[in-house]
Amino acid sequence: MPLNTQPNIPDPDDFYDALLGAHEGLDKDQSDALNARLILILANHIGDRDILRQALAAAR
Amino acid sequence: MSGQPAALTHILYPYAPVLAQSDRAPHHHPVIVIGAGPVGLTLALDLAQKGTPALILDDSEGAGQGSRAICFSKRTLEIADRLGAGAAMRAKGVVWNVGRVFHGPSEIYSFNLLPEDGHRNPAFLNLQQPYVEKFLTDALRTAEAASHPVEIRGRNTVTALTQSDTHVTLTIDTPDGPYTATADYVIACDGARSPTRAMLDLGFEGRVFEDNFLIADVRMTAPFPTERWFWFDPPLSAAPRSALLHKQPDDIWRIDFQLGRDIDRAAELAPDRIRQRIDEFLPHSTAYDLVWTSIYTFQCRRMAAFRHNRVLFAGDAAHQVSPFGARGANSGIQDADNLAWKLDLVLKGHAPDALLDTYHAERAPAADENILASTRATDFLTPGSAVSKLFRNAVLSLARDHPFARPMVNSGRLSTPSTYDTSPLITPDALPGAPSRARPGSPCPDADLALPGAPGYLLDHLRGTFTLLALNTTAPPVPIPTLSLTDHQITDAFRTRFLGPEVRALYLIRPDQHIAARWPDASADTLTRALARAKGQTCP
Repeated sequence: MPLNTQPNIPDPDDFYDALLGAHEGLDKDQSDALNARLILILANHIGDRDILRQALAAAR
Repeated sequence: MSGQPAALTHILYPYAPVLAQSDRAPHHHPVIVIGAGPVGLTLALDLAQKGTPALILDDSEGAGQGSRAICFSKRTLEIADRLGAGAAMRAKGVVWNVGRVFHGPSEIYSFNLLPEDGHRNPAFLNLQQPYVEKFLTDALRTAEAASHPVEIRGRNTVTALTQSDTHVTLTIDTPDGPYTATADYVIACDGARSPTRAMLDLGFEGRVFEDNFLIADVRMTAPFPTERWFWFDPPLSAAPRSALLHKQPDDIWRIDFQLGRDIDRAAELAPDRIRQRIDEFLPHSTAYDLVWTSIYTFQCRRMAAFRHNRVLFAGDAAHQVSPFGARGANSGIQDADNLAWKLDLVLKGHAPDALLDTYHAERAPAADENILASTRATDFLTPGSAVSKLFRNAVLSLARDHPFARPMVNSGRLSTPSTYDTSPLITPDALPGAPSRARPGSPCPDADLALPGAPGYLLDHLRGTFTLLALNTTAPPVPIPTLSLTDHQITDAFRTRFLGPEVRALYLIRPDQHIAARWPDASADTLTRALARAKGQTCP
């Protein structure tokens, strides 16, 4: 299965707002830690190693 | 002259002059093993029991101090059983199954090794290395008394080594001065700082980790359960990065603290400093004796080639791993298990010299497997970059509440034996429907037998020769030992491990108990070809 890189999140502006909101009041270290936890949580949800490989390549 | 001997836990082979030291002509030996650690002892014992003479040279007179390797795997115990040292190890050792991982003050994860039924040996046994050396030496003395050709010479330090196409020449220093000996093959089992490796000017490829670990063997009667306890960021004032508590026999507990990169070694080894750390680590006012302490660093690396013509390297001399995962001594003993039968066949003229090349072909991938597991554990324990530390801490903080993160917590992945999938000696699987764990190349799983008058385990019947296992089939008329079982003699464990959905199976098993080939059944011709291939007599 190919990585979905087409728009997939309903109401993207609202999601973007929520993402930034999650970092509100955090300093740089706390934000970095949150991002790391978020990546791990999302990666586990995806689970599919092939999708994850494509996502890592796309991000790089 | 040799230096003064170091303090020993057991004096096992005190120096005694031999005739070879005064004879003008050097004595010749088929195999000289350098180093009487667990690897060298296993190798020499295996060779001697097969009737190939082995001489061990060691620069000390017995087993050194400190627990060092403490965790021995089922595969090691199976090898020790074949050589006659397994029962003593089991009788003395401590069996454990549960491991707990803590982050700060809280437990975040636990695992249970859940040993399977139908094995003589537990998944792991804790036992101090000096005991293992003692029990192997005891077995070696038993072999010697039964006229098996084996000898250990203490305080015999190899100081020079040269090789030609026909033999190796060694200069050996003793308290009475040097002498010379020759050998067909020399096996260097002389540890991580292998002097033999240095004499041949050979190096390593791989990574050095710069963290320092303090080990303390502590004697106490403590109410802790027999479990492996591991802390990330333990809540201690001196803030070691990790700590380990693990039980050994004789009321000895192993405590390891990860101290970090730049430390004052002498200050950290001061008994008061160590006591201060342990006092805070153990529950209030626990009484204990400090038995042995040391600071170690480690490498994850191996030699590019384990064979250099007539000199072969085994154990830590050939490859090194971090201690997390118990992959050092266990993999070294498996090196010896792999090499002994090959040397024996070659020296008896039953196999070509090229069979010895397959020692590297089979054990280098095994070393790579161990180095990979060990490097990954070390990266988790001692994150080398800011981002590696960021994700490590994210995993630890998620693990308490989220099960998905727990398998990512890596305090060491415990040693498992390698399957020689890519070995040229292995005949491709002709029974792919049978369980994968018994595929050609794998270490033969143990299983209990239901034989009237012969209770016991399968591995008891695999005594260091090529052996056939015939399940619901007739073995072809080839003169090798055969264990034939039919349905009513096949236990559930046996069926699960060797047949699965298959009705019948014929397994060819090597002297080191690895599976060389399997079929539903085979003609004498097919079997003979597989046997020739397993001995390196034919090219695939």
